[in-house]
Amino acid sequence: MSPTSHARPQLDTVKHAAETPDTPLPWAELGLKQDEYERITQILDRRPTGAELAMYSVMWSEHCSYKSSKVHLRQFGEKAPASDALLVGIGENAGVVDVGQGYAVTFKVESHNHPSYIEPYQGAATGVGGIVRDILAMGARPVAVMDPLRFGAADHPDTHRVLPGVVAGIGGYGNCLGLPNIGGEVVFDSCYQGNPLVNALCVGVMRHEDIHLAKATGPGNRVILYGARTGGDGIGGVSVLASETFDDSGKPAKRPAVQVGDPFQEKLLIECTLEIFAEGLVAGIQDLGGAGLSCATSELASAGSGGMRIDLDTVPLRDASLSPEEILMSESQERMCAVVTPENEARFLEICAKWDVIATVIGEVTEGDRLEIFWRGEQIVDVPPRTVAHEGPVYQRPFARPDWQDALQADDAGALPRPRTADELRAQVLRLVGSPNQADKSWITDQYDRYVLGNTVLAQPEDGGMIRIDEDTNLGVALATDGNGRYAKLDPYAGAQLALAEAYRNVAATGARPLAVTDCLNFGSPEDPAVMWQFAEATRGLADACQTLGTPVTGGNVSLYNQTGEVAIHPTPVVGVLGVIDDVTRRTPMAFTEPGQLIYLLGDTAEEFGGSAWSQVVHDHLGGRPPRVDLAAERLLAEILIAASRDGMVDAAHDLSDGGLIQAVTESCVRGGLGARLVVPDGLDPFTFLFSESTARAVVAVPRSEETRFTDMCVARSQPVTRIGVIDGDAIELQGRFAIPLAELREAGERTLRALFA
Amino acid sequence: MTTRVGVVTFPGSLDDRDAARAVKLAGAEPVALWHGDKDLRQVDAVILPGGFSYGDYLRCGAIARFSPVMETIVEQARAGLPVLGICNGFQVLCESHLLPGALTRNDHLHFICRDQRLRVENADTAWTADFAAGQEITVPLKNGEGGYVADERTLDELEAEGRVVFRYLDVNPNGSRRDIAGITNAAGNVVGLMPHPEHAVEALTGPTTDGLGFFTSVLRKLVA
Repeated sequence: MSPTSHARPQLDTVKHAAETPDTPLPWAELGLKQDEYERITQILDRRPTGAELAMYSVMWSEHCSYKSSKVHLRQFGEKAPASDALLVGIGENAGVVDVGQGYAVTFKVESHNHPSYIEPYQGAATGVGGIVRDILAMGARPVAVMDPLRFGAADHPDTHRVLPGVVAGIGGYGNCLGLPNIGGEVVFDSCYQGNPLVNALCVGVMRHEDIHLAKATGPGNRVILYGARTGGDGIGGVSVLASETFDDSGKPAKRPAVQVGDPFQEKLLIECTLEIFAEGLVAGIQDLGGAGLSCATSELASAGSGGMRIDLDTVPLRDASLSPEEILMSESQERMCAVVTPENEARFLEICAKWDVIATVIGEVTEGDRLEIFWRGEQIVDVPPRTVAHEGPVYQRPFARPDWQDALQADDAGALPRPRTADELRAQVLRLVGSPNQADKSWITDQYDRYVLGNTVLAQPEDGGMIRIDEDTNLGVALATDGNGRYAKLDPYAGAQLALAEAYRNVAATGARPLAVTDCLNFGSPEDPAVMWQFAEATRGLADACQTLGTPVTGGNVSLYNQTGEVAIHPTPVVGVLGVIDDVTRRTPMAFTEPGQLIYLLGDTAEEFGGSAWSQVVHDHLGGRPPRVDLAAERLLAEILIAASRDGMVDAAHDLSDGGLIQAVTESCVRGGLGARLVVPDGLDPFTFLFSESTARAVVAVPRSEETRFTDMCVARSQPVTRIGVIDGDAIELQGRFAIPLAELREAGERTLRALFA
Repeated sequence: MTTRVGVVTFPGSLDDRDAARAVKLAGAEPVALWHGDKDLRQVDAVILPGGFSYGDYLRCGAIARFSPVMETIVEQARAGLPVLGICNGFQVLCESHLLPGALTRNDHLHFICRDQRLRVENADTAWTADFAAGQEITVPLKNGEGGYVADERTLDELEAEGRVVFRYLDVNPNGSRRDIAGITNAAGNVVGLMPHPEHAVEALTGPTTDGLGFFTSVLRKLVA
């Protein structure tokens, strides 16, 4: 018997399963291990039915159960810093943060990596759709999205298949939802060739009293499925697609397993759901994402008292031939599941009708603690829902520091040949600025709507995106996402901390105070001890750094099996930081716009080139150690940037990260349309000054009238501060060495992606 | 008495809140109109906002044209009611035959979002009276299907009658014929354009505040 075949001799009911204990089931094909299957039979005290097997297999998959990562993720809770800002922590659809004035903000980043490789447009589109529903399910109005993206080499033919599709998918879905896209990342590295990383972040806003949780309580309450009809797309997407390595072993094509999105349906679902929230009509709500109805029903029931009865025949279908197992596993998009009291049922259905959203009562909350599902009057599921949703297997995967790690770290980037003449220095600046990773990304970001909703204060290429959330008080939030797989490969513990430090710094550079963290942990196969070591180190590093910086992890996502054959991607923890700003009119942009203003460098510069953009662009090299992490220095720098913004001491600020100082100054100059004259500070050589990637640094533009006040503040707080030049002219000049016209820098940066992809 | 400007919400409208905000900032009262309701609630002017009405199914604007609210709008526009169609709203106006021509897929086949420089060619319409003819403004543009097309005779007519209201400057972002960004009907009360003036009404969130002129123009006309 196969749970996915259409011709079915006999319905596998609970009764039938009890009577036929020896019927073999395809548990291995569904990704379950022998001991996992045996545990299911112990839980049920009989063999599972086909439908039950489908539910357990999909909910116990890596993607849904976090079975390999759970033991490490616990640190985010155990080491969570005391924060009075956290209203809802890890475990719900998304974390919720108090941003003051009665507002709460919920945000989360998720991956849609494997589907986006197979079907770039739909994979990326439904990635946006999924994260938006997560945010909506918390009771919030989604207000912005961001997309951290990583592709293979920019000039590889397959990147030309994947990237345009992913970008069009994000735009096609997000633009149609009316959500501004305010930032993210685009990184190219050949390690992502067969495993692009398509992460999607959404942020939503609500009043404190509007927080909704995924919980089914109150016997007699209706379980209502609303949104799109259920179809055959995305069946098995979770257990098969999202957790299995791509290789060339000739397995059948899995194309149909990628879900197909309809952003128009999702837009209706959002407006309809917000109207339902506004009238207080739901007792519990859950979006349907990975594992579809299996996940929604088991999670809702287990978060409540446990009892729920579902009549699967009532589920509206796009394809009448679907089997009950397929209906339970389908990942058709744009669906939500709500628990509603009988007295609110009529009004709930009325609002859905207003928005042309199909809504169907598919069951109700029951006394007792069993999730029971019926098909054509016969019972096909009878399980304790917690065992499906939360009591999946937990693995202590073996991990070991890879034997090549020492050699990699010994291959010091500091020993690479450096430019010897001013001409070489100048040429390398232009190569860096024009390299795919440092180049202007507007060919991509111009395909996203950044204006819709009318509250976008800052958007890419700014350090962080910023959204006004109250038009009367000017309260706002800022968000940045960062990750550097090259750093993490050299040292996963430090690499995760560096990702956090950069996102934290980016948020502070806009003038906002960093509050909380979401993360998307993209790694290779957990069955490889070397990868598992990277994962363990990265989670430990991130948890430690979050504790030190006082920014708790509120939620996120783990994506494993990002590898082709034996070769894993660089370990790539992507970190999103949320900050709050009391008055968005005080925000600090990155552009240098006033001639004569002084350019100050904040922070100390050392000779740090391991994993740097320079080592990649000029030498195609990855080795040594990443820049030193200094979280105390990051914290101080953030305080300085926030104070400078609040008190109007700086007109522009830009964080220093990959590409170092010259990259940051170039971006600020090009964006403002003005040049700069720079002087190499005492004690530094020009090369280190321009290209080092030492952390906890930023450049700021200080009006002359504010110079004394600003430098006094820095000195009083022991913030290293160095005057390095002045905004002026139409070239970037390094005094006594070289000058590059702004037009040449702009052209070098803007040409690259257009030449590759336009 | 406050001037009432209606903003229609179709299923899939996205910039309806933005249009309402712009109306408010200009000093008028925004009034929400629902696609399924023929009643225009005694508004003095109507804005059809940007977005993807009915998911752009079939053709952009093709289904919205048949909504109950459009029945009344078409009727009253012919009687002189000022109507502004922005982006998807422009597409709806063309589908409704209140304006000639059609909007097609951008010639480069990508959605594009950019700050677009425009020249105001006609400052005599209900929605442009606060500009000067020849004035250059910058407002956001964001569309996937913004290429304006019409047959040569229609284009010549539009030019001859001064009904080209806005033209793209610097770059033609979507392959529009004769760089046309927006047009008007012969009476000057119905204007459609692809760029988004409602996104350029606050220095904080827009590239400029040039867009405010659209909304103050109609106010002045209605008060006069």
